[in-house]
Amino acid sequence: MTSTRVGGLALALLLVPAPVRAEQEVVLWHAYGEVESRGLREAVAAFERAQPGVRVRLLAVPFGAYASKLESAIGAGHGPDAFIDAHERLPSYARMRLIAPLPEPGLAVRLDLDPRHIEAVSIGSQLYGLPLALKSAALWVNEALLPVVPTTLEQLERAAVPPGHWRLVWEAENAYYVAALVHAYGGRLLSPDGRFELQGPAAERAVGHVARLIERGVSPPEADGDLVRQLFGSGRAAAAISGPWLAGDVPPSMRVRVEPLPAVEAAAGAPMVPYLTVEAGFLARGARQPELALALLRFLATAPGSLPRALTGRQIVASRAAWEDPRLGAEPVLVAFRQASVRALPMPTHRHMRQVFEPAARALRAVLRTGVEPGRALADAARQFDDAVRPPPGPRNPAPLLVALGLGLLVLLARAVRAARQPRWRAALRASLPAYRWVAHALLAVGLLVVAPLLAGAVTSLFVEVGEERRFVGFAHYVDILTGRGRGLLSAGSFWVTLGVTVLWTAINLALHVLLGTALALLLHRPALRLRPIYRVLLVVPWAVPNYVTALAWKGMFHRQFGAINALLEWLGGEPIGWFARFSTAFAANVATNVWLGFPFMMVVALGGLSAIPRDLYEAAALDGASRWQTLRHVTLPLLGPTMLPAVALGAIWTFNAFNVVFLVSGGEPGGSTEILVSEAYRWAFTRGHQYGYAAAYAVLVFGVLWLGSRFARRRIGQRGAVS
Amino acid sequence: MTGRIRWLESLLVHAVLLGATAFALYPVLWVLSLATSGAPWLEPRLWPWPVDPTLTRFVEVVGPSPDGRWLFGRQLAGSLLVSGATALVCLVLATPAAYAMSRFDFVGRGLTERTLLATQMFPGVAAAVPLYLLLDALGLIDTRTGLVLAYATSAVPFALFQLRATFDAIPRELDEAALVDGASRPVAFWRVVLPAARPGLAVTALFAFLTAWNEFALAATFLSAEERFTLPVVLHRYAAEHGARWDLFAAGAVLVSVPPMILFYWLQRHLVSGWTAGAIKG
Repeated sequence: MTSTRVGGLALALLLVPAPVRAEQEVVLWHAYGEVESRGLREAVAAFERAQPGVRVRLLAVPFGAYASKLESAIGAGHGPDAFIDAHERLPSYARMRLIAPLPEPGLAVRLDLDPRHIEAVSIGSQLYGLPLALKSAALWVNEALLPVVPTTLEQLERAAVPPGHWRLVWEAENAYYVAALVHAYGGRLLSPDGRFELQGPAAERAVGHVARLIERGVSPPEADGDLVRQLFGSGRAAAAISGPWLAGDVPPSMRVRVEPLPAVEAAAGAPMVPYLTVEAGFLARGARQPELALALLRFLATAPGSLPRALTGRQIVASRAAWEDPRLGAEPVLVAFRQASVRALPMPTHRHMRQVFEPAARALRAVLRTGVEPGRALADAARQFDDAVRPPPGPRNPAPLLVALGLGLLVLLARAVRAARQPRWRAALRASLPAYRWVAHALLAVGLLVVAPLLAGAVTSLFVEVGEERRFVGFAHYVDILTGRGRGLLSAGSFWVTLGVTVLWTAINLALHVLLGTALALLLHRPALRLRPIYRVLLVVPWAVPNYVTALAWKGMFHRQFGAINALLEWLGGEPIGWFARFSTAFAANVATNVWLGFPFMMVVALGGLSAIPRDLYEAAALDGASRWQTLRHVTLPLLGPTMLPAVALGAIWTFNAFNVVFLVSGGEPGGSTEILVSEAYRWAFTRGHQYGYAAAYAVLVFGVLWLGSRFARRRIGQRGAVS
Repeated sequence: MTGRIRWLESLLVHAVLLGATAFALYPVLWVLSLATSGAPWLEPRLWPWPVDPTLTRFVEVVGPSPDGRWLFGRQLAGSLLVSGATALVCLVLATPAAYAMSRFDFVGRGLTERTLLATQMFPGVAAAVPLYLLLDALGLIDTRTGLVLAYATSAVPFALFQLRATFDAIPRELDEAALVDGASRPVAFWRVVLPAARPGLAVTALFAFLTAWNEFALAATFLSAEERFTLPVVLHRYAAEHGARWDLFAAGAVLVSVPPMILFYWLQRHLVSGWTAGAIKG
């Protein structure tokens, strides 16, 4: 067949020869942004000059895909020789055996690195990486607005600023920054043995203090990193709590200085202590060039490999020798951040540390946006944390399941054999042979590349990964999910409540997609419509722009203080709304975004369907004297229905599984109530400690719900068809 | 109908379409405004005009990379190649199969249909790792071929349903007439039915192209050579953990949405030609 030959040709054109690896090539991965990348490139170039014949291949991986890429690539033997990441991820990487201990445990000491930083990248006596850079927050001060640097937070709160300006901008909903205040009040986020400790009097007083900062207008509400940078960079804030990366947003004309975080009078004058993150170079397991990779990491950890990273990349380098260079001494911002890092508290390396942030952020938003009392919000957070880190189910015996599967297969086989012996069936099969020639290649491809991975994924729902061991747990995940993990069946965030939200979400979105898409297609299909091509192209714009960006634009439009929607409301004489403080408005924001994203697809499908309706039918209707309404009802819509049906059915399924809008716009707020089933699944897979088995069980349950739903819908459509 | 009513009606239609266009463009204008503003804006604003307009970000995104190579150009060409090939492979796979499902009754057709529908119901959250291992076993990791195959097959179920509905809407008499005239089944399919199915083919091609064009997670996981990165991967690098550059991301996103719009503008003439035109030509 011609079509397959064309396809084969296209495939042949695409086959790119495998890259030829130079003898002396070492691969280093990182997830740095622009400025830090530049510094790293310079440092690597210096290494290449010092080691002739060695080439370093640097790869900047998008931060959003970094961890999962490391995991799959190193696991399959396609990983880098070395990579750079934050020290608090060390325990999970070591558990998954993605990294190897450095061969010489005393190396870091020999390189004269700070013992605190060495400890952060070690497990017991084993050294896993070389500290390269430090990240911790400090206080940026705009000297034009704050001539006298405040030594306490309260002084800053009382400072006089012109109207429309903020005294302190910071990410008050981010537990990473709030931790500094918690530490001042004598609390902590995690105990050394990995229990959630952001509760009790100290934590409540700290969170209460944050709430007061927002209430009194000291700090802006709903502030994310971007808003902090915009407000401080445009001179609209007297001070900011942020890291060295803020430097890129400070215009050269602005006079700024950086100070350690202030003390807190209400906490008996104790200083705010931010977290310290040590970025280290790790040696990947299965590195092809381990010696060269180690040489590269060593070079980056010494002064010559650190200076370009500091001077160009604006990093607070870990090398102590580098700071003796006069060029670094002449950089007041970098020096100040280095001093701040000395007082910072290294983030605990317990593998539960990363599970603290999501529940803590939810609690903070509940307090700051909805006015929930801190004690209650933090107790909720503790429960969510316990949920995420609960011990894995015990091993089960796979024998009963295997026996059941074997029996099932036998029954199927017996039925197949019996059917094959019937002459009628054999005749039908023979008659089907020509059709198979048309479908075989598509089914083979889909079976191999779509069905098989999905089935393999489904099977993981019966397992749990404990370190490197893969343990069979039977249906424990399913039981756990369906019973609400030991809490009420209808408790917040349970499977059944989320299912209800998901069904509502699907129904509303789909109705609006179809209505809007079809209506616009009908208007565009009118004969003699002027500007038709222009309208048509402009109306598909929402589909063409990458939805990651537009979903974030929508989120910005719903911002309480700076969003365009509230500006519109005020212009119309209404009151601004905290869109993500209540379920109804947060849900509406998600729906608005998703309808906007999805209607062009329905419109295009409807346009295709409309033009496939034979024109003679319209002529016949016109001859019969049908009104336009009658033509629409009895000719257009009935004929459009069948072509729209697949898009509507698939649209329902896709909307049910559209996690990215929920993820990006409301983020599940308030308190996870706008989460849908599939976004829950993604949270278990990616933000709650890579529990793939548990996420897969969610996926199988989503599949089950949709399967039942489609059976039901098919029966209903079948009945209606029979009646008419 | 009098001319006056007709005129009023036309006005109303344009008013509705203009309203819908405004709804479609408003958030995109915010993205554009972010990409072209030279200074941050901080008042809540209703109109997305750029503040202190500048085009430097587009230059920065498109311009040559530090080592002097024009990486963006290669990545753009690579993205076009991957997405175009995805659309092509998807159509090659799905069109004959959809035709057979529309015209032939065969053993296993119902099962096939249900399986295809089922693939769409299953969230892919746990399938990425198995797919990685599978492509690795086929030696297709870090190649565009592997990516095209993954995208094309994932778009096949929708393509099959959409094309099947399109073929169902084309009267069987059309191919039967060709068969009576002595054409073989493939010839009847190629010369008579396919031209009549152009609207459905156009929708499907656009869908498959966009599936590949905007996909990020698989591309970022499978590709490890910078010059092969597709544009979504390139853009997502601006969303770094510290010091994210949303202005550059927005500028890149605006650029990235131009090729699909050109494609759609070109495809839309196929959306308007009905099967009667094709039948006469066939």
